[in-house]
Amino acid sequence: MMIDSLVPILAGTLAAATPLIFAGLGELVAEKSGVINLGVEGMMLIGAVAGFAAALSWGTSAGLLFGAFAGALAALPFAFLTLSLGANQSASGLATTIFGIGLSAFIGQFYVSHALPGMKALAIPGLAHIPLLGPVLFNQPPVVYLAFVIYGALAWMLARTRWGLVLRAVGESPEAAHAIGYPVLAIRYGAVCFGGAMAGLGGAYLSTIYTPLWVENMVAGRGWIAVALVVFAAWKPTRLMFGACLFGGMTILQLQAQGFGLAVPSQLLSAVPYLATILVLMAISRDRKKLQLNLPASLGKPFVPGE
Amino acid sequence: MNEPAPETPAARTVPPRLALWNVTKRYPGVIANDDVCLDVMPGEIHAVLGENGAGKSTLMKIIYGAVHADKGHLIWNGREVHIANPAAARHLGIGMVFQHFQLFETLTVVENIALALEGKFDLKALALRVTEVSAKYGLPLDPHRLVHSLSVGERQRVEIVRCLLQNPQLLILDEPTSVLTPQAVRRLFGTLRQLASEGVSILYISHKLHEIQELCDRATVMRGGRVTGEAIPAQETSASLARMMIGRDLPVCVSPPFAGEQTPVMEVAGLCYTNEDPCCASLFDVSLTLNAGEVLGIAGISGNGQAELLAALSGEILSAADAIRIEGKPVGRLDAGHRRDAGLAFVPEERLGRGAVPAMSLTRNAMLTAHRQAGMCRHGLLRFDAARSFAERCIARFDVRCGGTETLARSLSGGNLQKFIVGREVMQNPKVMIVAQPTWGVDVGASAALRQTLINISRTGVGVLVISEELEELFEICDRIAVLAGGRLSEAVPKDQTDAERIGLLMAGNGLVAETL
Repeated sequence: MMIDSLVPILAGTLAAATPLIFAGLGELVAEKSGVINLGVEGMMLIGAVAGFAAALSWGTSAGLLFGAFAGALAALPFAFLTLSLGANQSASGLATTIFGIGLSAFIGQFYVSHALPGMKALAIPGLAHIPLLGPVLFNQPPVVYLAFVIYGALAWMLARTRWGLVLRAVGESPEAAHAIGYPVLAIRYGAVCFGGAMAGLGGAYLSTIYTPLWVENMVAGRGWIAVALVVFAAWKPTRLMFGACLFGGMTILQLQAQGFGLAVPSQLLSAVPYLATILVLMAISRDRKKLQLNLPASLGKPFVPGE
Repeated sequence: MNEPAPETPAARTVPPRLALWNVTKRYPGVIANDDVCLDVMPGEIHAVLGENGAGKSTLMKIIYGAVHADKGHLIWNGREVHIANPAAARHLGIGMVFQHFQLFETLTVVENIALALEGKFDLKALALRVTEVSAKYGLPLDPHRLVHSLSVGERQRVEIVRCLLQNPQLLILDEPTSVLTPQAVRRLFGTLRQLASEGVSILYISHKLHEIQELCDRATVMRGGRVTGEAIPAQETSASLARMMIGRDLPVCVSPPFAGEQTPVMEVAGLCYTNEDPCCASLFDVSLTLNAGEVLGIAGISGNGQAELLAALSGEILSAADAIRIEGKPVGRLDAGHRRDAGLAFVPEERLGRGAVPAMSLTRNAMLTAHRQAGMCRHGLLRFDAARSFAERCIARFDVRCGGTETLARSLSGGNLQKFIVGREVMQNPKVMIVAQPTWGVDVGASAALRQTLINISRTGVGVLVISEELEELFEICDRIAVLAGGRLSEAVPKDQTDAERIGLLMAGNGLVAETL
């Protein structure tokens, strides 16, 4: 009985965490290269609407792919402004978000009241029948598995490969990386576009699988949470996963609480996941010394190669 | 006067490792390198001697591919080459140890080294090679330490080992000893001699004459972007090398005895500061007494608490009220402005940005600290005529070469701007004057003038505190010297009771640290 009611909550947690995992990991890569992109919310929205449109015509998988592509495209103007022109990263990121909100609402007006079939869960043979864990972890839509695969790959690459070392080095000291011969701007372009693609994928997941409907401004601040998660997770992928799942769990719990008819205004309950996630991660990361060591030292500072 | 480089290669059986023919590099408004010729033989330690701004660094950047020459030829082992970028230079076998280390603080030693190497990415195998090479050349290093926890000397070892792992045929060192203790310098020289004996050519850039005489086989002297001579340092005197380098005799400072009474003007007792940032230093129980009429020097390598001590003394960091007293009055809780009211003057290390606002005229820069002077401010409003005449007097009295009081601070050379900033502070008749790195990046002539100014102001009854990395400078101007190492300040010792050797041991942390092994 207890387990029966736990399964939907835990499975829902993962489903709610997935868009944050995508967007957060993407932003983590961008920030590790020294670029803070506050446009995640906007890129997620563009990914969501583009993914929804593509999914209507060609199916959900194509929608996800298209959402990622649109997200990367949405990151390009930001990358051009901040990297090639050395513009302020915060202002450019905010502009990207505002642009994304407007553009997605404009395109999305043609897709209101359409519905999508979503994506069927794929039970992994053998593992799906483990009690509790099976239905929670191994009976999910394939895109949820993808989130975990990307997490694993990224965590490994950041820690163990030359690629990850170069990315961290560029974020730590672009001057030194340039002096020993790395193409700092090209690497940052790559990181920012990867961040955009991941945000777009997260947005497309929301519109094509999680809801699956197009509603204006449907990302509802998850992009901002993703940015906050990266910082409070101290730029560590594993802690970011924890934060995303915490947020997912709180989202589901507050929905349940609303269902029980708790005598608290629903708007307040809806704020709980955002608040709880930030508070818990702040508590974890309050050691400023450790934070300093993980903080990409050049974060937010424009870099002009040469003099 | 050009050296006859182009015809020498034919005369020798072995071609030079590297020859530069008539290299010219222009920047807007300045010729950094004018028709420079230079050659380095295999296994030779070749000095490039010159003042700040002589064009040494530009020349090295051209060799390393970071800057491209407008004209001229680079001949590498007898063949003309074009070096497009640092990676191409490394492929040829050119390694460079930068003056400002190009290291990543939050990465480990072995990760830093891996970034500069090509080939298979295997940190474990690389760590073994690092240990091997560092043992072979007497450069002890722990490959798994994080760079931010290393001393400056250790960081330089990382840079050198990083170059050595690329099997260089030519190693360029840009002012390598500017941040080392005398003991660490000696060890570095040992390593360089060993490398040279194995056939590696070394280009050694410096403005320190005695080092070049001790280490180098040949020297090329540069001034104002041109080669002004080539010499065998062992056969020259310091004076003759200096004449080649600056075009006249090396100026010397005179420090007359102080006639007045030696009363304490600033006392620091038990000053502590805990830095939140693990990459920066903290201060532990710092105590000192600064007397009227003396120059007190604080030696030590930057990063050992210098920035923190300066901030605590100037008032950018507050401390316990009693920790700092000026003329007996506790000022620890006062901010920088109120400490200036109490008689403190402060010349920070960064001239542009902290000492002066780059985009403001000299008049306005004068106002920034001197507005407390009588007459410059009335009823809370600034009086520009008073400020202008203050700036005029400052320019005239301290020989600041500039286009007048309305010149922007950033257009002045380092030496002239420093003269203006020091002058501005001196003219406010302080009781205590704190100066950080007074002659950093300043040419020899202006350095001498600045040092003499500091001595003179102290002899009028002001207590002068100088924090510097340059030991020679401290021994030239100070009456007593203390050492700040690892956030702890040693007791100040009269100059004539100590020497560079003993100060060097203190700089390395009482000789207890690996630095002196």
